[in-house]
Amino acid sequence: MASVTTAAKWLRRNLFPNWWNGALTIAALYILWISVPALVDWAFIHAVWSGEGREACIGPDKGACWPFVTANIDQFIYGRYPVEERWRVDVAFLLGVVGLVPMLIPSLPQKRWNAVYLLVAYPLIAFVLLVGDRPGLVRVDTDLWGGLLVTLVVAVTGIVASFPLGILLALGRRSEMPVIRALSVTFIEFWRGVPLVTVLFMATVMLPLFLPEGVSFDNLLRCLIGVAIFSSAYMAEVVRGGLQAIPRGQYEAARAVGMSYWQTMGLIVLPQALRHVIPGIVNTFIGLFKDTTLVLIVGIFDLLGQVRAQLSDPNWAVPQGAATGYVFAAAVFWIFCFGMSRYSVFMERRLNTGSRK
Amino acid sequence: MSEQGARMENRRPAKVQWSWTNPKARAIVYQVLAIAGVAFALWFFVSTARDNLARQHIASGFGFLDHTAGFGIVQTLIPYSEESSYGRVFLVGLANTLLVAVLGTIFATTLGFVIGVARLSRNWLVARLAAVYVETLRNIPLLLQLFFWYFAILRPLPVPKESLVLLPGVFLNNRGVVLPRPEFTSSTLAFVVALVVAIVGAAGLRRWARVRQLRTGEIFPAGRAGAALVVGLPLLAWIGFGAPLAFEHPTLGAFDFIGGWRLLPEFVALVFGLSLYTAAFIAEIVRAGIQSVSKGQTEAAYALGLPVGATLRLVVIPQALRVIIPPLTSQILNLTKNSSLAVAIAYPDLVSIFAGTVLNQTGQAIEVISITMAVYLVISLATSLAMNLYNARVAIVER
Repeated sequence: MASVTTAAKWLRRNLFPNWWNGALTIAALYILWISVPALVDWAFIHAVWSGEGREACIGPDKGACWPFVTANIDQFIYGRYPVEERWRVDVAFLLGVVGLVPMLIPSLPQKRWNAVYLLVAYPLIAFVLLVGDRPGLVRVDTDLWGGLLVTLVVAVTGIVASFPLGILLALGRRSEMPVIRALSVTFIEFWRGVPLVTVLFMATVMLPLFLPEGVSFDNLLRCLIGVAIFSSAYMAEVVRGGLQAIPRGQYEAARAVGMSYWQTMGLIVLPQALRHVIPGIVNTFIGLFKDTTLVLIVGIFDLLGQVRAQLSDPNWAVPQGAATGYVFAAAVFWIFCFGMSRYSVFMERRLNTGSRK
Repeated sequence: MSEQGARMENRRPAKVQWSWTNPKARAIVYQVLAIAGVAFALWFFVSTARDNLARQHIASGFGFLDHTAGFGIVQTLIPYSEESSYGRVFLVGLANTLLVAVLGTIFATTLGFVIGVARLSRNWLVARLAAVYVETLRNIPLLLQLFFWYFAILRPLPVPKESLVLLPGVFLNNRGVVLPRPEFTSSTLAFVVALVVAIVGAAGLRRWARVRQLRTGEIFPAGRAGAALVVGLPLLAWIGFGAPLAFEHPTLGAFDFIGGWRLLPEFVALVFGLSLYTAAFIAEIVRAGIQSVSKGQTEAAYALGLPVGATLRLVVIPQALRVIIPPLTSQILNLTKNSSLAVAIAYPDLVSIFAGTVLNQTGQAIEVISITMAVYLVISLATSLAMNLYNARVAIVER
């Protein structure tokens, strides 16, 4: 009985405090009523859950065609990476997780060595594993790579490269040397002013013209360079915000005890500045992760590109194929991006309570 | 004085102590090295590019802009035919890009403000719905959303004969959206003239009311009077001309609609996707802006006896806008730059037809990419400049 009255009170206070809010509640309920049942119906009730090929999904009143996803899941993860070599991708992925998880848990010790592993050792190990061309490892060319593998390779390379580059650019922008400052400002503002699509076009069609005869880059590598430079400019602006939040007294005190420029920055200023802008840094990472999809425009098959490629397969030409494929890809991207943003909220709270104490 | 004198002396290059322990000498060395490095890189790239172009027999220079393009474009806002030049293609693409950017900005800002306010609503359900919207849309790549709207929603729509009727006279089918087109008659002209007069009049009225209030303290409801003027005068002009409702209604022909206004599915998907995506970011900015105004401000305004509307209008919104405007600008710029994703769904924007088709036909990658990038750079820098001016006007004036 008591719970009924509390529920009624809650409803009254939160949904029907006055006629205006009541009308809003009813409008919101209407939106839910027309959208949620339709979605549930499409994704579950009328969805096709099993079947060998396209025949299972053809017919009126059919919802999502999940066999399209289950039948192509290997392509979505590995692209055209040779089947017998896929264990290398798995191992590289696991090694990354092993390095990343302790890094993300603040209470675990040895952050410095963990960072060295993640930023220096791991990229090298992963490179050797994925590319191969070593005794015992067959070479796998990057045009065979695809799916989530490419998405993660582009995102991780972008993150690992843009972070230090962005810090250097931010320091350059606040340098006392006019030439360094002008160069940094020009570099940052140029890359922030143009869309990533044009940067990728530049990397694929314009860059070869600027390289000497005989020197040629891998297509994926060219895109990686473009993505890294592009996101380093955004990272630089985020870091600059943190640098500006550090009071002058910190710089002056470091100088007064005789620290050099790099000691001041590395030991005093940057640790405080980066802590200030963790949300901004994570937002840049999320943006970078979403931007990896753009590589499909220049002919590299990331997860989204691979979904598109499988959709054009006549064996899977079904009415709900496109919707199913894109909803699946959206769910994968959403899990990664939402996870990153939750982690940033968690870190922000933790650091806030630390300083409030 | 003596310290200043010493600094002046140090600034003269001749007096610099050339020692590695002198920071000033080091700074000069670093900067000279930086200039030399950049100059060398430029020289290297320019000379290799020149060799490469000569070897591959690629023309250089901007002469190609006068050559005949020879391909059709599905959406042209300015006169264009296959005989037009590549320079004309550039203008067509630019106009299409700007159209998407302007419409997207209007929709995204409106929707973003609505959702941002909804997230702060006391109404639990409304606030939750807004939160779900924001968290869903901003965590999914824009390109994926565009693909979804275009390939999964708009393209599988029925053929024109079985069009969905959105509103009377508005049809949705696999060839896009068909709308009735207003016809331009003398009454349209009168309507437009009346609208312009009313807007100018309302602005003048506001000015006069403010001056009078400063002088005498009397309040004139300029906002309401202005709104009445802007709505009423064009309405009067329209009724004065006998209230003609001149629309060219689309009619279903053998295969497709004839007449009316047609929006390409690519265009609809792009504007729709861009607006929904950017609105999620704008909503967060609006929420943060409103939350940044401390509660004491509202309470103080109420204590002074200001009504709710006036408190919002005179106290909360001006202070919130100060926080909202800079990030809002960068979101609008992002939307403009993101409109280049048009290339993935073949909407004929600048990147799609100029950096895509024209580049493929002419092979002049350096010129075409440079022009394209320059356009976006100019738009970015011009917008930042305009917003900085506005920002300087609304920024807190500190004593």
